[in-house]
This record gives sequence, C-alpha cells and structure tokens, in this order.
Amino acid sequence: MRTPRLLALVAAAAATVPLAACGDSGDGDGAATGASDKITVDASDTECKVASSESAAGTVTFTIANKGAKVTEFYVYAPGDRVMGEVENIAPGLSRDLIVELTAGTYETACKPGMIGKGIRNGFKVSGSAAALTEDAKLGQATTDYQRYVKSQTGALIEKTTEFVNAIKAGDAEKAKALFPVARTYWERIEPVAEIFGDLDPQIDGREGDQEPGQEFTGFHKLEKDLWVTKDISKSGPMADRLLTDVQKIVDEANKATLSPVQLANGAKELLDEVATGKITGEEDRYSHTDLWDFAANVEGSQAAIAALRPALEEKDAALVKTLDERFASTEAALEKHRSGDGWKLHNELSQADLKVLSDEINALAEPISKVAGLVAGK
Amino acid sequence: MQVQRRKVIGLAGAGVLGVAAAGAVGLQVTGDEKTTPVASTSDAIAFFGERQAGIVTPAQDRLHFVAFDVITKDRAALVGMLESWTAAAARMTAGLDAGTIGAVGGIPESPPDDTGEALGLPPSGLTLTIGFGASLFAKFGLGEKKPAALADLPKFPGDAIDPAISGGDICVQACAHDPQVAVHAVRNLARIGMGVVSVRWSQLGFGRTSSTSTTQATPRNLFGFKDGTANLKAEEPALLDEHLWVRPGDGPDWMTGGSYLVTRKIRMIVETWDRTSLLEQETIVGRSKGEGAPLSGTQEFDEPDFTAVDGEGEPKIAKVSHVRLAHPTENNGARLLRRGYNFVDGSDGLGRLNAGLFFIAFQRDPRRQFVPIQTNLARHDVMNEYLRHVSSGLFACPPGLRAADDFWGRSLFA
Ligand SMILES: [Cu+2]
Repeated sequence: MRTPRLLALVAAAAATVPLAACGDSGDGDGAATGASDKITVDASDTECKVASSESAAGTVTFTIANKGAKVTEFYVYAPGDRVMGEVENIAPGLSRDLIVELTAGTYETACKPGMIGKGIRNGFKVSGSAAALTEDAKLGQATTDYQRYVKSQTGALIEKTTEFVNAIKAGDAEKAKALFPVARTYWERIEPVAEIFGDLDPQIDGREGDQEPGQEFTGFHKLEKDLWVTKDISKSGPMADRLLTDVQKIVDEANKATLSPVQLANGAKELLDEVATGKITGEEDRYSHTDLWDFAANVEGSQAAIAALRPALEEKDAALVKTLDERFASTEAALEKHRSGDGWKLHNELSQADLKVLSDEINALAEPISKVAGLVAGK
Repeated sequence: MQVQRRKVIGLAGAGVLGVAAAGAVGLQVTGDEKTTPVASTSDAIAFFGERQAGIVTPAQDRLHFVAFDVITKDRAALVGMLESWTAAAARMTAGLDAGTIGAVGGIPESPPDDTGEALGLPPSGLTLTIGFGASLFAKFGLGEKKPAALADLPKFPGDAIDPAISGGDICVQACAHDPQVAVHAVRNLARIGMGVVSVRWSQLGFGRTSSTSTTQATPRNLFGFKDGTANLKAEEPALLDEHLWVRPGDGPDWMTGGSYLVTRKIRMIVETWDRTSLLEQETIVGRSKGEGAPLSGTQEFDEPDFTAVDGEGEPKIAKVSHVRLAHPTENNGARLLRRGYNFVDGSDGLGRLNAGLFFIAFQRDPRRQFVPIQTNLARHDVMNEYLRHVSSGLFACPPGLRAADDFWGRSLFA
C-alpha cells in the first residue's frame, strides 16, 4: 500500500471527467459486427493451435479448450502487449469463450500453460472497415481497454483471495503461504484503481504500524504476520473473512468506476513509485519477503496502463513510446534473473548490488513514464 | 516561459550575469589564470572558460560531491545526457532553473523540469566540475583515450576503503556558498541522468578545509587545526602550471588544460583526539593550534624549518609530524591544490560522531603527486591513529568549455 496522497483529488477527477467511450458491454458499434464464427483454440502444455489466423473487424469469439495438464490462460494482444482480451484460469479439460472487439490491425494470440511467461504466441490479423479513430476516441479506447484489464484482474483477485482465505480457514498454513503472493499479484497490478476507494486500501493492504491510533491492523499483511511470524492461524479465520469481504467491495467498486486517461497515466507511474519505495526496500512484505512478486505485478500493471494508452501516445510522441518499450523490456530482463520456479526469489535472497540494479531500472522507467500524463492531458 | 530562479532581484540578477559573461570573455581572450572576482558569496561564477570552474575558484563554503556509474551501453544515450547536463549546469550556475520550463512553469499534469528547492535563492557561487573515472573508459572502448595518469591508486597501508562509496565512472563536484544550492544542482543532474547513470555515492561537506586563494583565511579542520596553509593558490600561475594543470604532451590531448582529482573520505576519530593533550596534538600536526605556525616559527606563514632543534637536540618539528611528512621537501617537491571539506554524517550508532575530512586535491599527475605524498603519510604519520581512509576516488577533469555549443565530454566522445 502507499500513502494516500491526492486520493480525494483523484476520486473527484474520476467523478467529473466525462469519458468519450466508457462502459464494458461491448455493443460493437461502427465496424462490421458480423456474427463471425467462433475460432477454436486447442491449448496444450506445449502448443497453442488457433484455428484461424485472421478475422474481419468487429466482435471475435475464441473458444479455448485446455487439453493440457496445466492450468492455462489465453490472451489477445495488440502491439506493445496491449491486452485486448484474456481468459484466466482455464483448468485442464475445460473450455472457455473469449469475446473480444477488434479493429483492423495486427494482433497476437497467446496461450500460457502454467499461467507464466510470455506464452505461446501466434500472429492474428484483423481487416475490414474500422473507422479512423479521432484523438479523443483513442483516449476513450484506452480507458475501455484498461477497464477490460481491470475486470480480468479483479476476477482473478477474487478467485485467488478466496482460495487463500479458504486455506487459512482450513488451517493449511503451507497452502496459504503459497497462495499469499499469488493473490497479491492481482491486487498489486491494479492497486492505483483500488486506491481510489480510500478507506479500503489501508484495510486490505495496510502494513503494521501504518494504522492511526484506534485503527485495527487488518488485511493481507496481518495474515502474513500470522503465517510467517506468529505461526498460528487457528484464530485467523474471521480476519480472513474480513479480507475477502473488503476485496469483494473494492472489486465491485473498481468494476463500476472508469478511470480518466490522465489517471491511467498517473497510475502507471504510481505503480513504479510503489516499487521504488516499498518493494525495493522489502518493507511491503516484511514477514514473507515475497516482495518480488509484488514488484513484478506492479510493473505488469504499469505496462498494462501504458499499453492501453499506446495508440494515443504513438500519435503524440512515438520516440517516447520507443523509450518506454525499451525500458520495460530492460526492467523485465533484470527481474527475470531472480525468477525461482513459478515465482520469484525472496527479497532477502538478493544482494544489495542486485537491488541497486533493480532500483536503477525502475528509476529509468519511471522517469519517462512521468511525462505521459502531460502528453495525455494534451498540452 | 523562462523562470529565473532569482526573479525577485531583477537588477542584481542582471549584474550577476554581466559579471559572469565578462569573466568568460576575459578567460577566452587572455587565457590567464585570474579568477572572476567574486563580489559577494551570492554572485554567479562563470561556467564557460579555459579551465573548469571549481578548481582554483576560491573555495566555497559547501560541497555536494557525487559519483555516478553509467548504466547504459548506448553511447549516444550517454552523450545525449552529457549535453543535457551541460545545458542544465550552465543554467544552474547562472542561478536559473535546471530546465527551460522551470520549477513552476509548464503544465499541471507534468512534473516540472526543475525540482524547485532553489527557487528564490541567488547563484551562491555555484560551480559544477566534472571528472571521468578510469572505469568509464573500459565501458565504452575508450581505452586509447585513457590517460596513463588515471591509473588506479595503489592500496595504501592502513586503508579501509569501502568500494560502495568509492570510485565511479563520472563525478561532479558541486560547490556553493549555500548547501541548498549545491544539493539542488546534484539532485537535478541525477534526475536528468536516470536510466543513463546511477548515483553510486555522494558526500555532503561543510566548512572548506583549505584556502585556494590568498584572499581567504586558512580554515580549520575538525581536529581544530588550520589546514592547507601551504596549499597552491590561484594567485600563483607559475606554480599552477607546474603542479596543477595538465600540459601538452603529458597525456592525451583531450586532457591538456585539465587536472586530476583525487578524493579521499577520511573519517576522524574525534573522541580520542579530543582526549589527547594539546602538546601531543601540536606535535602530531607540527603546528601550533592557535596561530597555525610551524613549531619552528611563530607566524602561520613562516616557512617550516625542519632542521631546527630544541634544547635537547630534538627536531622542533617531529620527524613523524603531519606537516613534515606532507611537505614538498619531503616529497620531491610535489604539491597539491587542496579544496577539501569537513563532513559529519550524523553519529555512528555507538555515540561517536561520524565525522572527518572529505579530502579533495587537484594535480597535474597523481603518480608524481598524491601517490608519493600519501604513501609517505600512510607509512609514517602518527596522526593515522586517529584517521580511517574509507573512500577513495580518482577522476580526470578535462579543461573548461569555451562556448555554449560545447558540452561536457565532447573531446572524449568525439
Ligand atoms: Cu501495496
């Protein structure tokens, strides 16, 4: 969690900035909305067979069948890994649909067996009469795209938090420990959205000592302490229930709210500021030392917000987009060195020199990102 | 909009720029060593000129020294940053914002291009002096441009050097009469350099510990003694040519007219020093504590007489005294231009002041100057009992920039 600076201002902006294109119902206005046939995707642990590599502009439906042994995910990416649509947590044997609205352009599809990494990629081409987007439309589209991202993350957040809470209530400390950083990943990716709802963020993600007098220490980090320090979760059930209730509240709110493009830009920067202040230092997950999970999630969330803004940014400052691409790639590469299995090394396994490198990467990335809000504001 | 940091003082501001420009012209035309006369500690010092400012410039009261590591492999990115740095340095030393928009101009949604803490403050004699470390040359395949004089300093006896606060690819020495102005300059350069360079270490200093001009009184170090009485001074051009400035043929052309900078962070164990008798303190230093006179004489600027003996036939200035061991006569005539600063980095957790001297010395060739002098001191100086050398640095500082279209490092990267 971060200090709630400017929260009131941000919330006010959310309420007053009218958006060109918001909502997430996907009416598919404008371009051809032909009820295109479903495109089947056969996903296994090693392959991602997409039945067609092209489609007409409009609403495209993918039906993903997981024929592998690992849980998988399916994504449609626009250039710059902008998420146009995704389905997460497709268990082995199951089949799920992804409906996504695509305008003319080149895209990539990806299956992610085991839900990690860049996935198995295929090209995907969309052609047809997509109306040229005006500048405002691009920003409007950015908020729609980001909204879709928030929705996918909040879905997974509820799912994983529920599993985490259930493990605690079942007294399964090992399972809860394994799920703790996973549930937090979805939280940390969209934290700037969560922070709009001032009082919930501290309840869910407040660190011990951040509370005002009379305020209770609750949420993820309280349960983290029970798991790693006190090592007694026999009485943690009510606290776990409360976390789930709070998370559900914030998810409902987040799915209702629509961020302005400037908020997207600031969110992208604030996520990196979070990394620079709380994760590099190991303050955030001081009991479990799983800070690198949060670190990766914050960077991914920042990247998602920038990716949503990408079409608008390319028009305004293509060189900046190139710089951001390079710096995101460089940060990912630096982080990748500390991967451990499906997750990350513990913060206390990294040397001071390792942390310095990561800190430099974040500063190098956050500096150009700080220019995005001004560009988006259009001055 | 160009926000002048010191817009409050319009008339005085114009005067400052006038002095700065005149200084630069004077240096370009005559190439002599006279420094820009500083009317007051709030005035600006010329940034452009034959030499870099901040070397023979009368030592200002405050220091923020910073060493950077280059973290990009992209040579063009580094050159671009050095150009941006130069532009910002020229502006800040003139008392302006670091960027053309400024701390409070610009659009509300963007971070300002100046951090703003020097708004309303005068130039305060700010100088920014750049140097390049040996490690930079390997990173960019500049091997043949690396001066032989930039060879790593040897490990001296008793050194307790911490690599984390030593060395660096690029250093910037920011000196000013106001600490806020020096810190502002370093902070803005670090901000501009993000993604290209990373701050390796930095050091704040207060209370200059030497005088680089005959117009300045000799200051005291944290041992309470006058320090740097025998320093090279700006008013001694022949000596400066001999001992300070790199001459044609000394090494690669790009360094001609420049100087080599040695830094040493010397922790002083002040608590034990303070328990030492006055007699012993003066014996160790070789000078009187009050006047600063060599123990062979009575006035501060009396030339020390190392042959003088007391009634018992003992040298008046002890063989192991600091002043004797550091003296040119003991070191093949080697001299330095020192402009170090006292530092106190709070306390060390054991209740001891984390304090000492951030030693800075400029010279024509460290192999013939700092190295033999420090070797002599490290071996014999009884003051070492109260000292720990914890950080070390050696940087090649090129000559000054002649005109506004030049930039820091151009001669090196051209
Ligand atoms: Cu957080």
